[in-house]
Amino acid sequence: MTPCTSSRLLRLVVILILLVLPFVLSSYGLSIFTKVLIFGILAMSLDILIGYTGLVSFNHASFLGISAYTVGILAVHGINNFWLTLPAGIIAALLLAMVLGLLVLRSSDAYFLMITLAFGQMLYALAWRWRSLTGGDDGLAGIPRPEIGLPISMNDYHNFYYLVLIFFGLSFYALSKFIRSSLGRSIIGVRESESRMQALGYNTWALKYLAYIVAAGFAGLAGVLFVYFNGFISPEDLSWSLSGMIMLMVIIGGAGTLIGPVIGVGVIFILQNFISAYTERWPLFIGIIFVICVMYARNGIVGYLLKLEAKRRRCNESPGSKEHL
Amino acid sequence: MEVAQFIIQILNGLSYGLLLFLLAAGLSLIFGLMGIINLAHGSYYMLGAYLGLTIMKTSANFILALVGAATLVALLGLIMERVFFRGLYKQELDQVLLTFGFIYIFMDLAKYLWGGTPRSLPTPPLLEGSLEIFGAAFPVYRLALIVSGLAVALLLRLFLEKTRTGMIIRAGVDDKEMVTALAINIKLYFSIIFALGAFLAAFGGVMGGPVIGAYPGLDFEILVLALAVVVVGGLGTLRGAFWGSILVGFIDTFSKALFPSFSMLTIYIAMALILILKPSGLLGRMELS
Repeated sequence: MTPCTSSRLLRLVVILILLVLPFVLSSYGLSIFTKVLIFGILAMSLDILIGYTGLVSFNHASFLGISAYTVGILAVHGINNFWLTLPAGIIAALLLAMVLGLLVLRSSDAYFLMITLAFGQMLYALAWRWRSLTGGDDGLAGIPRPEIGLPISMNDYHNFYYLVLIFFGLSFYALSKFIRSSLGRSIIGVRESESRMQALGYNTWALKYLAYIVAAGFAGLAGVLFVYFNGFISPEDLSWSLSGMIMLMVIIGGAGTLIGPVIGVGVIFILQNFISAYTERWPLFIGIIFVICVMYARNGIVGYLLKLEAKRRRCNESPGSKEHL
Repeated sequence: MEVAQFIIQILNGLSYGLLLFLLAAGLSLIFGLMGIINLAHGSYYMLGAYLGLTIMKTSANFILALVGAATLVALLGLIMERVFFRGLYKQELDQVLLTFGFIYIFMDLAKYLWGGTPRSLPTPPLLEGSLEIFGAAFPVYRLALIVSGLAVALLLRLFLEKTRTGMIIRAGVDDKEMVTALAINIKLYFSIIFALGAFLAAFGGVMGGPVIGAYPGLDFEILVLALAVVVVGGLGTLRGAFWGSILVGFIDTFSKALFPSFSMLTIYIAMALILILKPSGLLGRMELS
């Protein structure tokens, strides 16, 4: 079997598994899986910045949060039509990225990370203080599942899972197209060497700005799904600790691959469920996992697998197609 | 605002700014020498405050709490640098990610050891009470904050300019390769500056304790303020950290007095303005291409 058909087969198997999951899993298991898919979109979008553009952004939860708050505030005012709230949430995240991008992309490296961190904290503080709009630290509770204009109730968790699955599939497809397009290739070029890309006549600032906005848009999509999944939004959902957790998911799964972050989300949620059953010290474990990952497993799970695969191929075949993703 | 009130606010801003300087100085010098932003710096401050509280409770001696807590945290910084950062030598981004991981660890440890309720350090008896300035009361302790902050700034400056170690650190900030070429073990100075930064941050934590206290979330709150200082003042110099701290201290104090409900926004507006007008900070030495 050639590698190409085997990977196609693998893909088919994964899709089939995802489709039959609701018939196999308990409602609890399915809810965890729904959450994995939602955070999968979020982690993939952060990976566009960290893994593909080389921008280590410390406030990715801001985009999830602003979108989720937008949907939550609309829900409080009785607007619950999915086809209205979905674009509203995404547009809120896009607008934030357009404004913030102008500020944070003026700098690079150390300044970039400090400023993203600081502005993330600003939005957190704003959500905390602007009580009349956001409910302050109580957050917004009782957000119902959306109406999608079809005679299908989203209160049924099977149906909601499929809704999330559709958007996850679309996001995965769109993002993989995006990184393979010539635009995506130039963005990877910026990661590799910004000065060389400038010398080649690319407007690297515009490329970074675009990647920033694209990533925010998908994080906004995740925010809409997240708030409908949770039925609740509070300032914690745009805090630094959530941003850090998403970053850890990307790193543990493998930055610079699309599937890696999704696997990372799965690993972290499984660990969280397991550890939280025994101890309340989950943040301590996040920290320890973070440190271990950065020190010993910087390429993540998928990075490790790719390395193994490359080694195997070098042994078996003549050095031919090195290209893999 | 009356004249007396105005002067009190100036003194408040000054004392707060000098407290921030204790953090920003270490943050800025570590960056200057090692090229990393130590995101665990706010955690050092918080740990300093908590440790100071514990030492003070057992010994009832403020000076002992101050020196003891700062030394313990300096040791912690030293261990972090030796054990964890050495393994990632010259991988600045990974080192920053490491410091980020440590925020979670210290946050949870502090919560485990000291609980979740806000605590406050008692004011040392010698510095209780208040002075009268143009008819308005000003706490003696805040005056002590100003004096000690200025003293630390002066000592740091003397250390950097007059001692051999300080000269090597300044040379390292300018050109690390050249210093290494002069047969100087630069890694030793990484340890020194890291421990010094941690010491100063924890010192600040104890000094600020009677005014600000110690509570969960303080680590990140103070980190963001320190980051604002170095963004405004510029990274890598003591001068930038000093004037940045004073400026941020004033902005924060005056906006709290003038529009209390959205005072925290003013710091970020100041940061945004600096970024638009002068991205390397007011007194920064790092040129951005």
